[in-house]
Amino acid sequence: MRHLSAIAGLALIWALPASVAAAQTIYVSNEKGNSITVIDGKTLEVTATVDVGQRPRGIALSKDQKYLYICASDDNHVEVLDLETLKVVRTLPSGPDPELFILHPSGNPLFVANEDDNLVTVVDVEKGNVLAEVPVGVEPEGMGISPDGKVLVNTSETTNMAHFIDTSTYEITDNVLVDSRPRFAEFTKDNKHVWVTSEIGGTVSVIDTQSKEIVHKVTFEIPGVRPEAIQPVGARVTSDGKLAFIALGPSNRVAVVNAQTFEVEDYLLVGQRVWQLAFDGEEKRIFSTNGVSNDISVIDVEKRKVIKSITVGRFPWGVVVKD
Amino acid sequence: MTAVQYLRCLRGIVWREALRFLHQRERFVAALVRPLVWLFIFAAGFRAVLGLSIMPPYETYVLYEVYITPGLIAMIQLFNGMQSSLSMVYDREMGNMRTLLISPLPRWYLLSCKLLAGVCVSLLQVYVFLLIAWSWGIDAPLLGYLTVLPALVLSGLMLGALGMLLSSFIKQLENFAGIMNFVIFPMFFASSALYPLWRMRESSLLLYQICSFNPFTHAVELIRFALYGEVNLLALAVVAGCTLLFMGLAIYGYDPGRGMMARRRGAPA
Repeated sequence: MRHLSAIAGLALIWALPASVAAAQTIYVSNEKGNSITVIDGKTLEVTATVDVGQRPRGIALSKDQKYLYICASDDNHVEVLDLETLKVVRTLPSGPDPELFILHPSGNPLFVANEDDNLVTVVDVEKGNVLAEVPVGVEPEGMGISPDGKVLVNTSETTNMAHFIDTSTYEITDNVLVDSRPRFAEFTKDNKHVWVTSEIGGTVSVIDTQSKEIVHKVTFEIPGVRPEAIQPVGARVTSDGKLAFIALGPSNRVAVVNAQTFEVEDYLLVGQRVWQLAFDGEEKRIFSTNGVSNDISVIDVEKRKVIKSITVGRFPWGVVVKD
Repeated sequence: MTAVQYLRCLRGIVWREALRFLHQRERFVAALVRPLVWLFIFAAGFRAVLGLSIMPPYETYVLYEVYITPGLIAMIQLFNGMQSSLSMVYDREMGNMRTLLISPLPRWYLLSCKLLAGVCVSLLQVYVFLLIAWSWGIDAPLLGYLTVLPALVLSGLMLGALGMLLSSFIKQLENFAGIMNFVIFPMFFASSALYPLWRMRESSLLLYQICSFNPFTHAVELIRFALYGEVNLLALAVVAGCTLLFMGLAIYGYDPGRGMMARRRGAPA
């Protein structure tokens, strides 16, 4: 019934989309296609497909948005793609099997989760050398960094923990036990909470960054969908801290969560096995990678509607948006 | 005959049909409850059935209830088309038809007015249905509610003309129930109203072909595309063609000199 209340604003919103997304570009890593798909943010059409290293998964933009860092998991390194020429210009060491990484808010260094080696590797992207290796739990994956860059949170899939790491000493300061198979960590912009998704547990733990206590566990229930299929993976919280979007894996839904009351407000149907999410700069749209159906879905944040799904390469995994 | 007289006739017929519809509250409720039962009960149970594929005019994955909404709109029009024809059989038995056909205006015009009146009633039903669906979160682009209107008029005319054609074959009211069952259900189920035709093709090629020849399929697709501001040219051509064909035959059928009525006069009761 939310429509009835939205009626007044609807006409206005409906007239807007043309002005949205002036010159945005969306980059998607295709895990099995060994490529990066480039999509025009305005026409929402694929403009290029670039072959890169084997099994590209996590991707991130450099701070100046000129380069794309790519975890080439099976090549055991990070590739740097020049977004002007769409050529891989150099590689960075990463330690074995890099899966997901996060860039320090200052643009350097890069924190890489090495799935097979139970390490977080810290890489200087300027000099191209490894600064430190931090031993963590088994199968590290999720990486979140606080907005001030002081705290890194890594989740280990098998140990079921969120490890809080001090980025100045590269030491683990706290461990928080969460539900089974934590996949992703996302700090809120006010640095108060970190959201950790648990794929098998089917929950999202919201951890207080000061007390390191779990203040809330978000659970999901979708009519007509088996509970086992609800597997939270990617998560994004808007910068105003009001809404969170959670990718729910093989349930093919993205949950819209009120980030203040932690109530799930909506489930949006996207493609199969939805994995990672990325906002555009203005947070008007959020993009989801749908691994099994080989496409990405474009969600209008304000209207909470999936506006389009675009076919990309095989097994899309990571997604970023360049403004 | 002047244009004013033509208009007066049109107004009279449409007004009578509208009054009749509004005064039969049960009919109004029934016309709405039928598709709503499909939407809220049937579609809820089959939510996961549709499978995952993006087909035009949809640009992304849709829930089953979104998929069947155009089919249910067409169902409203199908029932309405048959029901207004049913009223013609009734009119003929009760003698009102004689009053109408005695008018000096040409018969094709009278029958077209009658059809148009039926379409107006169906439009009312469809928009109330769309409003209820919308309040449930099943919506189309705002402009789609406008672009669907011409498609609704055309599909309503086609289904009404079909009903009229059938009613010209029917002698008595009792026989109509049979035709309803033999026409409405096969037409509805052998169409793209409830499932996309590629699904049908997976289980039976013959059924798929039958479905693709069913004019009701094209009415559904015409409405589906129009609801998203698009034109399905094939559907448009088929629906327009069938409308003309059915209408022509119905006018012929209602011609006392040549049509079915003349032939029936000679037949045993």
